[in-house]
Amino acid sequence: MSATSPLLKPDWRLFGRRSGRTAPTRWLALAIGIAALTVMPVVSLVVIALTGVSDNWAHLISTVLPESVRVTALLMIGVGLLSAVVGVVTAWLTASFDFPGRRFFAWALVLPLAVPTYIAAYCVTEFLHFAGPVQTTIRDVFGFATRRDYYFPEIRSLGGAILILSSVLYPYVFLTVRMVFVMQGRKAADVARTLGASPFGAFRRVLIPMARPAIAVGVALALMETVNDIGAVEFLGVRTLTFSVYSTWLNRGDLAGATQLALAMLVVIVCLVLVERWARRDQRYTIQRGDKPAEGHLRLSGWHAAGAVLACALPIAFGFGIPAIILGDYALKRLDQFSDPALWSALETTVIVASCAGLVTILAAFLMGYGVRITGSKKLLTLVRVGSLGYAVPGTVLAIGILIPLAAFDNALDAFLRAEFGVSTGLLLSGSGLAIVYACCVRFMAMGYGSMESGFAKLSPHLDHAARTLGKSPGQTLTAILLPLMRPALLTGFMLVFVDSAKELSATILLRPFGFETLATFVYASASRSAFEDSAVAALLIVLIGILPVLALTRSILAKAQ
Amino acid sequence: MTRFKMIATAALGLSSALGAATAACAADVNIYTSRQPELIQPVLDAFTKDTGLTTATIFIDKGLEQRIAAEGTNSPADLIMTVDVGRLAAAKDAGVTQAVTGEAINENIPAEFQDADHQWFGLTARGRVVYASKDRVDTDALTYQDLASDEWKGRLCTRSGQHQYNIALIAAYIEHYGEDAAREWVTGLRDNLARRPEGGDRDQAKAIFAGECDIALGNTYYVGKMATNEKEPEQKDWANAIKVIMPTFDNGKTHVNISGVALAKNAPNRENAIKLMNFLSSDEAQKIYADLNYEYPLEPGIETSDLVAGFGELNPDDISLSDIASHREEASRIIDEVAYDSGPQS
Repeated sequence: MSATSPLLKPDWRLFGRRSGRTAPTRWLALAIGIAALTVMPVVSLVVIALTGVSDNWAHLISTVLPESVRVTALLMIGVGLLSAVVGVVTAWLTASFDFPGRRFFAWALVLPLAVPTYIAAYCVTEFLHFAGPVQTTIRDVFGFATRRDYYFPEIRSLGGAILILSSVLYPYVFLTVRMVFVMQGRKAADVARTLGASPFGAFRRVLIPMARPAIAVGVALALMETVNDIGAVEFLGVRTLTFSVYSTWLNRGDLAGATQLALAMLVVIVCLVLVERWARRDQRYTIQRGDKPAEGHLRLSGWHAAGAVLACALPIAFGFGIPAIILGDYALKRLDQFSDPALWSALETTVIVASCAGLVTILAAFLMGYGVRITGSKKLLTLVRVGSLGYAVPGTVLAIGILIPLAAFDNALDAFLRAEFGVSTGLLLSGSGLAIVYACCVRFMAMGYGSMESGFAKLSPHLDHAARTLGKSPGQTLTAILLPLMRPALLTGFMLVFVDSAKELSATILLRPFGFETLATFVYASASRSAFEDSAVAALLIVLIGILPVLALTRSILAKAQ
Repeated sequence: MTRFKMIATAALGLSSALGAATAACAADVNIYTSRQPELIQPVLDAFTKDTGLTTATIFIDKGLEQRIAAEGTNSPADLIMTVDVGRLAAAKDAGVTQAVTGEAINENIPAEFQDADHQWFGLTARGRVVYASKDRVDTDALTYQDLASDEWKGRLCTRSGQHQYNIALIAAYIEHYGEDAAREWVTGLRDNLARRPEGGDRDQAKAIFAGECDIALGNTYYVGKMATNEKEPEQKDWANAIKVIMPTFDNGKTHVNISGVALAKNAPNRENAIKLMNFLSSDEAQKIYADLNYEYPLEPGIETSDLVAGFGELNPDDISLSDIASHREEASRIIDEVAYDSGPQS
């Protein structure tokens, strides 16, 4: 891209005012161009919502809406709290203390991220239902015969949904918060300790407030995924607003009403984020350069060590262990599927799509992040943030928002070329692999841009000034100074987008061309005829390819940090 | 510099490779289907063997009509195949289908299983029936109305009322008895629920096996699938725990839903597509297609497999499916109005 040429003229000033066609203007134009592409699907949904007339609102408000608002609110509060507590506590333990297995937990706690929510819901239900291993054992031990003979909590419930969703979504909090604790926490905690605070006191009064922006980012990601989820909540019989979005659209043929409802949910999410930002408006979070990551950890022993091990092991067992056992068990009975060439080609497609999506998203996020950094443009920032909201829109609804403008573009191009040159391009973008990569970029820009934003925030503007003073061109500053320093952020962002793209289902299924199978579509084909177990091998492969970047990249990031 | 270039090049390179690799590999007949491809492929293979025409499928679920509509005149879709009459009707409503007249399929498929304007055609039928516990339920005959009677209080399990199969059943009830009667009936069903609606039809059989409920609503073919599941033999136990009761309306007939086909409005290979439609309604294809999923062929005179025959005699309702489909919106609203999915009110 153009970053290789000396784009920025010598009179370029960091955060300087725009002066004609100077470099920041061009950076701004580039960044706005990219941001516009990420915003387009949300905009097209707004158009659908505003141009359509829905006769379902009165019906919804007088029937299911109050209950589904309540359920959705409780689900969000539950998932928000539980994933925050689990994520923060495990991040604190692994960053500050030494106990048996700490190094293992430091990366294994990320593993549940590789498990799609719908697979987690299915597996945990299998594990805990009447005919599953847990209840069968209980009946054998106590001699019960039927479900009515004893009490067992119902996993298919709001509580169960909170537990299951949190168990695979807490890693967002763990990842963002742990980075803060590892990079900055030790010094602050040490100061607090010398002033007489207990380790827990330091945690509560110093570390948690310090990590608040990171907690907010992680929890926001978890909540966005919670509201866009339909597979897991539908399976668990939890009627969220998302459920009403789909029944309004599919059973009542009212896409406009469904879109209006989905956008209303989006507005609520935006308000939550704004309120949280407003609540800490007077606080400043600065990073002292030269802070070294913690060396040496407080050693835990006895009950404390056992408690720490348990606190770290439980989330992994629940979010990763149970799904792995259930899928592994089904897969063992279906070893013949491993010789199915269709499975391997689906695996290949999945890896290619996820890699492309990861790279393109990070590239776009990096350029937009840099655009915001050097121009300080509030408009651009707003645009970028709106583009990141795609993640909170129910997947298939967002996919419609992607499909319509792409197909309209294709048809317009085709009509133009036919009229002018007699050439037909047909559907160039929609219904191609590119459309799916684009869809993943839009859906997961929140992770990509979030990583870039926190990465850039850690780099002082003085770096840019220094590089410029030493005669580096701005393009060189970007690539020689900022890019290497941004490595952890780039890797984290890539990993998150890769893992989520490998799990992506709803947009892929709607936008794919003939013969285009990913592992997720493989799984869905079975799940949709309630024979999920037949796709256990494919589901296991989704988890496995999600693990690989988690392993490679967390280890590489942690190796740097430690 | 180089790294940046590397990332950019890799991203663009991979993307264009992806674009090239997935460039439309269309065939003589292109099918958008919400019926699982593996339940279609054997019959498509038979078609290819007979005619030499190739086929390609994409499995699309939600949004199938929107995709064809958005693709407009450039849409590669020739045929739309679905598993629920509601989806066929939605495709017609979205204006993405076209009529087929004067063809073999018009003759082969009984009128009540065709759209009134011949915009879509049923191919196979599945009964929406009652799974009942062999141990705890004595009767072998029920009407749909019976399911709402007090006798079954706390004994009924179903999947979500908003699921398309339940929507179609309620829509049929509306067609028979009117909307108010249907609301009353669904309220009665709700009061009989043993638990909140959840899972799929198989899960209801499992719940009967587990003793959580005594009767459930389900499609016929799931019984066949469970009874023959060699990979998960425990499902045979679920199938063994239940018997199939064919409930009836006042006319003595049972509600059936269909899997079906429609010709896409801008089908680029219209002639070949109609050939395939005719083939799908032929004796040969009807037999294969129905047996694949333990369903009932719609062309009269084709025998069902022994396993399907073992469910008991199905006497399919003869009210028109297009009339049923026209009530699905009311049905969906009734489910919300009586808060069916919130489960038993106590």
